[in-house]
This record gives sequence, C-alpha cells and structure tokens, in this order.
Amino acid sequence: MVSADAVWEALAEIPDPEIPTISLVDLGVIKDVAVDENSVRIEFTPTFLGCPALEVMRDAMAEKVRELGAEPEVRVVLDDSWSTDKITPTGREKLRASGFAPPAPRSVGAPTLVQIDTSAFRCPYCGSTKTRLENIFGPTPCRSLRYCDDCRQPFEQFKTI
Amino acid sequence: MNAQELLSIADDELILGWRDSEWTGIAPSLEEDVAFSSIAQNEIGHARALYELAAAALGTTADELAFDRDPSDYRSSQLVEQRRMDWAHTIARHYLYETADEIRLAALKESDDAAVAGLAAKMDREEQYHRLHARMWAERLKDEPRFKEALEELWPYALGVLAPEQRAALAERVGLPETQAVERDGHSDELGELWEEMTMVRRSIPGATW
Repeated sequence: MVSADAVWEALAEIPDPEIPTISLVDLGVIKDVAVDENSVRIEFTPTFLGCPALEVMRDAMAEKVRELGAEPEVRVVLDDSWSTDKITPTGREKLRASGFAPPAPRSVGAPTLVQIDTSAFRCPYCGSTKTRLENIFGPTPCRSLRYCDDCRQPFEQFKTI
Repeated sequence: MNAQELLSIADDELILGWRDSEWTGIAPSLEEDVAFSSIAQNEIGHARALYELAAAALGTTADELAFDRDPSDYRSSQLVEQRRMDWAHTIARHYLYETADEIRLAALKESDDAAVAGLAAKMDREEQYHRLHARMWAERLKDEPRFKEALEELWPYALGVLAPEQRAALAERVGLPETQAVERDGHSDELGELWEEMTMVRRSIPGATW
C-alpha cells in the first residue's frame, strides 16, 4: 500500500502548467490526500474557475498516482477554500525568482483600487517598491500587470484571491 | 436551490463571457483588450462551474446544458444578450451587471445548499476584480452624456437580471429609480444569432469528442 507521504512527494514533482517553476504543492491547490487500500483520493481546489490548466493538472495528478501503482480519484472542490494565502513560503520565493511578484495577503475586507494601486509591491527584478498598477488584469486570470519606476521593467503580480 | 435558477445565472455568465470576448483584439486600448478578454474567461469559467452543479441535479453534462439546448430554452437576461455596443454602452452594461451580480452573489453565499454557497463565495472573490474595473470606468465616465444615456437605456434590462425582491437594492446602489424591468422570459433576436455562432462547431459533428 502506498503512503500518503509518498503521494505528496510525487505531487510535489508536478509543475504548474502556466508557471512551471512552482509545483502544485507549492501553489497550495492540493487540499487533501487520503489513502484507502489501493486507492488514493485527492481533493484539489482550482485557483481560478476559468483556469484552462485545470484538466492538465487533474490528469497529471492522476498519472502520478498510477505511477505509484495505485488507483486515483481526483475530486475538484469548487468552494472558497483555496486562497493565495495557501501558496507556501517556498512557492512565494520561487515566484519572485522567476519574475512574478507574490500576492499580498488576503485582507479582511474586499480589495480596493487604492489599496492595489498604492501597496508596496516589490519589483521582482530590482527590489524597489516604487511600482505602480498598469492593469488589474493580465495574461492569465491569476495575474495583474505592474510597472517598476526604478528599473523601468513591467512585471506580473499574482492577484490576491 | 433549483436547477432552473442555477441555469439563469450560468446562462448570464456564459452569454456575457461571449459578448465580452467580442472586444478581444479590437478594444480601444491594449490594456482594455487584456481586461475584457480576462473578464470573459472568468465569466465562462463561472458558467462552467454553475452548469456542472445544474447538470448533476438534472442528470446531464455541463457541455450539453451550455450548447445543446434550443435558444428559446436559455434563461439568460436580455442585458447580456446585446451584441457588442459602443464603449459607453459596454461600460454601462459592465457596471450595471457587476453591481447586480454582487447583490445576487451575496444572496447565494447564504444558500442552505453548501455546494451553491461555496461556489458563490469563490466566484465572488474573482468578481471583486471585475467590480473594481467596472467602477473605475464608471467613475471616469460619469459626467459624459453618452455614458449617462447608455445607463438609462440599459437600466430596465439590468433590473431584469435580478429577482424582483433584489431590485430595490440595485436601484439604491446605482442611483436610478426602479422602473418596469425587462424580464428574462423573452429573448432578443441577437441571442439566436449568437447561439448559431457559439454552437456551430459542436453541431457540425454531433457527439464528437474534441
């Protein structure tokens, strides 16, 4: 019988399809792993509902479980249990190293434009906090676009959800 | 919550997602092209999740609900059916729809159906960004006569997005007086035209796995 730890280790090898430097475990989208005899049930929480990478992630998880010789069941949980706060500290560092500003913590209230515009998001390239919002939206649902006034580099910011 | 109510919301999000995507490639600025394309993607993602919930209750699939029904069986509101309009109308619709959707989602989050409440909470997190975007534009255009006219023209359609008991809240937030709503029991011809386009590939080879 495969152990839950072995499943977690295997899942940690799956890269995010759109930001491959970070793994699904770093991204915090795996809510639970339960092993029962020869079957492994994974509870998986998508980042954004319109994320086109959902199917790819689900298939990759099932494949990893099969490689361990067990039968996978991947359950997609469509509730509010995933938040960008679930991204691990390692995951946040990996994001920064690949040019993405990690998300701000989820605040108690709804985000405001002033907050997003003026918060001290650090430029992942030069470390300056003199950055500004260019667009709430970006190339994928999870990203916003910002611009660094010091090194004059546009960069992507992980949206807080 | 009954499946027909879920379908009303799912249809709104699907059709609006299609309409928003009409700006892809031709929006007045590159940033707005990105914004409306991203919003469209979110709305269609919400539609998919809602159709999946409805499909489980009705014993069918999300794709069949989204694409295999007759246009007259869709429950979308007429606000979302209108083909891409000028920028003033686009922003007016965006602002009215997102404000109405906030009221609708707040009610859904209190649903005694845990699956519906959970999904509504997740959708609401994403919609917060749509609302920020819509309000930023509404603020920018609020003194423009064309924008004010567009708001007034679309207002009866916006009321039709919500259940009658939720309309007073929308009137208060938008600052327009309650009036006769355009209900979702009828459809514009534009829905039929959109349906032809939206289902064309799927209808070309029925039952195919893509």
